[in-house]
Amino acid sequence: MSTLVRTRKRRHHGRTVAEIVTVVIAAVIAFPLYWMVLTALKPAGEIQSASPAPWTLAPTFDSFRRVLTVSGFGGYFLNSVLVAVVVVALSLLLSFLSAVALTRFRFRGRTVLLVMLLVAQMVPVEALTIPLFFLMRSIGGAVPAFGLNQLGSLVLVHLAFSLPFAIWMLRGFVAAVPVELEEAATVDGASRFRFVWQILFPLVAPGLVATSVLAFIHAWNDFLFAKTFIISQTENQTLPQAMLVFFKPEENDWGAIMASSTLMTIPVLIFFVLVQRKLVSGMAGAVKG
Amino acid sequence: MALLAPSKPSTSDHGRRRARPSRRGDGRAAALYLAPAAILLLGVLAYPIYQLVLISVYDYGQAEAAGAAPLVFIGLHNYTDLLANSAFWTVLAKTIGFAAVCVIGSLVLGTVLAMLASRVRPWARTVLFLAALGAWATPAVAGSYIWLFLFDADFGLVNKVLSGIGFTAMEQHSWTYDTYGTFGLVALEVIWCSFPFVLVTMYAGIKAIPEEVLEAASLDGASTPRTATAIVLPMLRPVLMIATVQSIIWDFKVFTQIYVMTNGGGLAGRNLVLNVYAYQQAFAGSQYGLGAAIGVVMTLILMSITGLYVRSQKREAGLV
Repeated sequence: MSTLVRTRKRRHHGRTVAEIVTVVIAAVIAFPLYWMVLTALKPAGEIQSASPAPWTLAPTFDSFRRVLTVSGFGGYFLNSVLVAVVVVALSLLLSFLSAVALTRFRFRGRTVLLVMLLVAQMVPVEALTIPLFFLMRSIGGAVPAFGLNQLGSLVLVHLAFSLPFAIWMLRGFVAAVPVELEEAATVDGASRFRFVWQILFPLVAPGLVATSVLAFIHAWNDFLFAKTFIISQTENQTLPQAMLVFFKPEENDWGAIMASSTLMTIPVLIFFVLVQRKLVSGMAGAVKG
Repeated sequence: MALLAPSKPSTSDHGRRRARPSRRGDGRAAALYLAPAAILLLGVLAYPIYQLVLISVYDYGQAEAAGAAPLVFIGLHNYTDLLANSAFWTVLAKTIGFAAVCVIGSLVLGTVLAMLASRVRPWARTVLFLAALGAWATPAVAGSYIWLFLFDADFGLVNKVLSGIGFTAMEQHSWTYDTYGTFGLVALEVIWCSFPFVLVTMYAGIKAIPEEVLEAASLDGASTPRTATAIVLPMLRPVLMIATVQSIIWDFKVFTQIYVMTNGGGLAGRNLVLNVYAYQQAFAGSQYGLGAAIGVVMTLILMSITGLYVRSQKREAGLV
C-alpha cells in the first residue's frame, strides 16, 4: 500500500516537472511569433536600440501604417484571401463528391483509382513549375482568366494540388458513417442525392474542417507558383511575393517587415486556432484509419 | 503534398466490407461525382508530369519557349549534361545534407514533444499545441523573415543577448557569413515550422495505443523510459513511418525558405538546393530543358523513397 502511495506521489511530482518543461518549451516555440508582433508594434528607435527590450511601453501602429500605404498592400492581401477562399471552397466540394463516390459506390477500377490517389500525393509539385508555366500560358490564350498573370492560374494549381490529399482524408470520414444510416434513409424514402447532401455532408463536417486547413495554408503560403505565374501584372501579386518585392532586409526596415509578416500570419493563426481541436481529432481519425 | 492519411491501407478493406451491395447505376453516378476532380487532376497534375518529361528531352531555351525556333529532340542530352556537371553534384549533396538535418531535427523534436504531451494534463498540452500550431501556421515567407531578423548581425536579438551575457565577440557576428551557418539558420526555420506536423501525428499515434497496454507495462514495473522505448516507440512505428516519409518529401524540396533567406541561393549559389537550382536554370537561365531534367531527377528520387514506403505498407497489410 505504502509503495503504491509513494509511486503515485512520485508520479505526481514527475508530472509537475513535465508540465513546467512543457510550458517552457511552448514559450520558446512561440517566442519568434511574439518577437514578430512586438517588433511590429515598437517605435523605430526601439527596434534599432542597442539593448532591445522584450516589451514596449510606447506601442505604435506606425509600421503597419507604412506597410498598408505602400503601393497597395491591401490589394495584395485581398488577392491572397480571394485565392485561398476559392481554393478551399472548391476543394471541399470536389473532394467531398469524390470521397462519396470512392466509398459509397461500387464500380470497377475503384482500387486502381485509390492507388493513383496515393501516388498523386507523392508528386513533388514544385518540380512541375516549368510545364505548369507553359500550361498556364496556353490556357491563357483560350481562357484569359486562368492564364499567366491572373489569380485564376493560382486557383487552378492549388486546387489540383490539394485534391489528392483532401479526397484521401475525407474518404476516412465518409467511410466512418455507418451504412445502416444510408439504409434507414433509403427505407424512409430519401433519394441518394438527398442522403448525400442532407445527411452525409453534415456528418463529415469535422473532416471538411481538417481538410480545409491544409488547402488554405497551401494556397495562402504559396510563394513559388505566385512568383512563376504572376510576372508582369504586379497588381495581381499575392502577399508572399509582394513582401519580397517591397521589403528587403538590406534596407533594415524591420518594423515594416515584421508588420507585414504579422498581417500575413494573422489570418492563418485565426483559422488554425478556430479549428485546432477538430484538426487534431481529424488527423487522429486519419491516422487511425 | 501531404501524405499523412495513407493510414493503414486496411481502410480500403474496411470500405469494401462496409459498402452496401452495388446498386444499378452506381457506375454512372460515381463517374458523375468523380468527374470534376478527375478532369482537374488529369489536366493540372498528370499532363504536366508528362510535359515535364517531354521538355527534358528537348533543347528547350528562350527561342523555343517563345515559339521562334523549332524544337530539337536531343534525347538524354540534358541528363548527361547534368550528370557531367560538378555543380549539380554539389547541389545534390547539399540538398541531401540539408534535408537530412531538417528531417532528423523535426522528427526528434516532434516525437519527444508528443511523448511529453501525452504525459501532462490537458491545460499544459493545450499550451504546447497552441504554440506549435502557431509555428506551423506561420507562412514560410513570414517565418523566414522572423528568423533572419532574430539572427540579424546588427539588430538581431540573438547577437544582443549573446554579447550581453559576455560573448562580446558575437556583437556583430554574421550568422549568414559562411555556407553552413546560412544552411543552419534556414534549417532552424524549417524545423521550427515542420516539427508541429510530426508532433500532432505522433500524438495521435500515441493516443491510439490502448490504455491497457500501458497499464500492463506499469503493473509489470516498467519504468517510463523503458515503456517509451520498448512499448510506445515500436507501436508507433507505422505512424513514425508516415511522419518520416512526409518530412523527407517536404524538406527535400524546400524552396521558399532557401530563396528568401539566402536571397535566391546565396552568394555564387553556395546555398542552392535542387529545387531552387532547377528554378534558376529554367527561369533565370532560360534553360527549360535542363531545369525539367533536374525536376525529373528530383521526382525520381522522391518517388523511390515514397515507393519504398508504400511497399512496406503494402507488405504490412497485404493489400492495395
